[in-house]
Amino acid sequence: MQQGLKEKAIQLLKDKTVDRVVGWKAGEFFYDLTPAVFHTPEEIEKDFVFSVFSGANLSKYLIAESRKGGKVAAFLKPCDTYSFQQLLKEHRILRENVYVVGVQCDGTCDIEKIKAAGCDGVTAVREEGDGLVAETLYGEHRMSKKDALLDRCAVCKSHKLVVYDELLGEQGEEQDAGRFAEVEKLERMTPEERYSFWRGELSRCIRCNACRNVCPACSCEKCIFDNPDSGARNKAAADSFEENMFHIIRAFHVASRCTDCGECSRVCPQHIPLHLLNRKFIKDIDELYGEYQAGADMDTKPPLMDFTKGDADPSVVYERGGDKA
Amino acid sequence: MKKLPLSKIDELFKALSAGQKLYIPADDAAGQAKFTVWQEGLALSQKLNTVRSAKDLFFPQVENLVGFKVTGKQIELIESRDPAEPFVLFGVRACDARSFDILDKVFLAEPADTYYKARRENGVVVTMACTRPAETCFCTVFGIDPTEPAGDVSCWMDGESLYWQANTEKGEKLTAGLSMLEDSGEEAVRAQQEKTREILGKLPLKDLNLKGFDGEHMMELFQSPKWASLSESCLGCGTCTFVCPTCQCYDIEEFNTGSEVKRFRCWDSCMYSDFTKMSAGQPRPTQLERFRQRFMHKLVYFPTNNDGMYGCVGCGRCLQKCPISMNIAKVIKTLGEDKK
Repeated sequence: MQQGLKEKAIQLLKDKTVDRVVGWKAGEFFYDLTPAVFHTPEEIEKDFVFSVFSGANLSKYLIAESRKGGKVAAFLKPCDTYSFQQLLKEHRILRENVYVVGVQCDGTCDIEKIKAAGCDGVTAVREEGDGLVAETLYGEHRMSKKDALLDRCAVCKSHKLVVYDELLGEQGEEQDAGRFAEVEKLERMTPEERYSFWRGELSRCIRCNACRNVCPACSCEKCIFDNPDSGARNKAAADSFEENMFHIIRAFHVASRCTDCGECSRVCPQHIPLHLLNRKFIKDIDELYGEYQAGADMDTKPPLMDFTKGDADPSVVYERGGDKA
Repeated sequence: MKKLPLSKIDELFKALSAGQKLYIPADDAAGQAKFTVWQEGLALSQKLNTVRSAKDLFFPQVENLVGFKVTGKQIELIESRDPAEPFVLFGVRACDARSFDILDKVFLAEPADTYYKARRENGVVVTMACTRPAETCFCTVFGIDPTEPAGDVSCWMDGESLYWQANTEKGEKLTAGLSMLEDSGEEAVRAQQEKTREILGKLPLKDLNLKGFDGEHMMELFQSPKWASLSESCLGCGTCTFVCPTCQCYDIEEFNTGSEVKRFRCWDSCMYSDFTKMSAGQPRPTQLERFRQRFMHKLVYFPTNNDGMYGCVGCGRCLQKCPISMNIAKVIKTLGEDKK
């Protein structure tokens, strides 16, 4: 697969289809790939990598890249194409300046999960059958690939590439891998249990803003929380609930535009399962407004940005609420 | 040197927490280590290091400095600093222990920062030698020996025992009250160090070359065209700065509660778009300048102003936590290519 992508990137540069390529660049180790812009076939040859550690969603970079003049090629995995299309819909990416190469994906891995499974000091990982063999400073360690997948990949919503100019590999289908199971687990909790679950999880927030900055749905030129003139900037929390509120508000802000790409949870240094907030909203929207997948097409309006007479009455919130005592 | 069987470690923690707070690395709900106030039943983490560094205990993310209350033409100053209380910080690794030296240069230089100083004076640092360094570790590049950590007390741990060595007056004083410790030889510790040093010799980043990262090459490094590609995919988040044991930049702001104005300080990040913003505008208008600042500070400005002491301790947190896997090791290698 990696060789095919490299050849494609080199060909696109050589035949002048594009001026540059957005991809993943080799790091110090086998797993620490960095999103990068490649300008020459030599750079591609030397550093371009596509592997199970190419988890980073490159879509958001295209907001800026599509405005830099010339044409840029981007390699997008199925879930990345949903983010890309949602950004197109929001007029954030200049489509004519991007050449999308869709690439099929079997799921990407979480190096922190691999390390937590006992592979500290890991220096190499190879696939053997269904499993991974990690070479570490302290010997070899085997684990199943399933246990190494990023949370979002373990319950992958779709192998379908919803937008591309060219496809490498097979087109896939949407699938139901049970991504709402964790949300249902939370729904089954009592309000007190749920409250204490989220208070506990969100209490670890260090307000680094990685979740916001990586999120393709958070594409405001200037976030209100970064603007000293907004009156809403909170560099320090006034109380222990303020960071909690930040995440809740952010989830509301991206509701019905969030494609469930899972980048927020992938980048959180504190392992807060932020995607569960977004996924809860997706599930609610599905139930209240009919099934809706953000980024799946160019035509439909996100339910919360549209009004129809059949929309749920606000009182439904009260009816659905948990504890009314 | 003293020693204690691990079966008695709770007894030690209990004694250390008598009359003061004891912080130890313990696993949080996500299974990552965090310095946590010890109480009966809290287990020492087996992780190599905490996600948030030990600097938090001396330089917290947010702290109140002072309050103001205005009544008519009177301004009342309200003392609002945390009361300085003694505490013990147990299980600090050698990298974080070095970070205190770096922070001291900043906060204890005259005029000393009295908030930081009070915590430094009240804190006793008990370090723990490393036995299983990670592939992301490179403290040895900065002359740190993780098998011989500094601190008021240094500890080593094997499968059966904890070894304890007081290094300073504060450490001696702490040790004096610990009757459960028995005298011990140093053989076990020396053997462990030997073994760990073999691993240190295999670390992939052990040969990071800092040649040319100095004041003499300042402008050359500052003007390197490589900053553009190094910084191009930086998200501008604050993860690296917030998990970094040596990042020390902060902001001071005021908050009007309605009845009082609270002046507080909080960590700031040079990666943020409003950092250094002033009335004339933003002198670092793009992520390139912000990104460059972070690394120039640690690798060039800080050592130039502090007798060659780099502002990095090689703990590897930024390598593990950067969302796009860009970090100081990559910066050193990329810029250093021109120096060899």
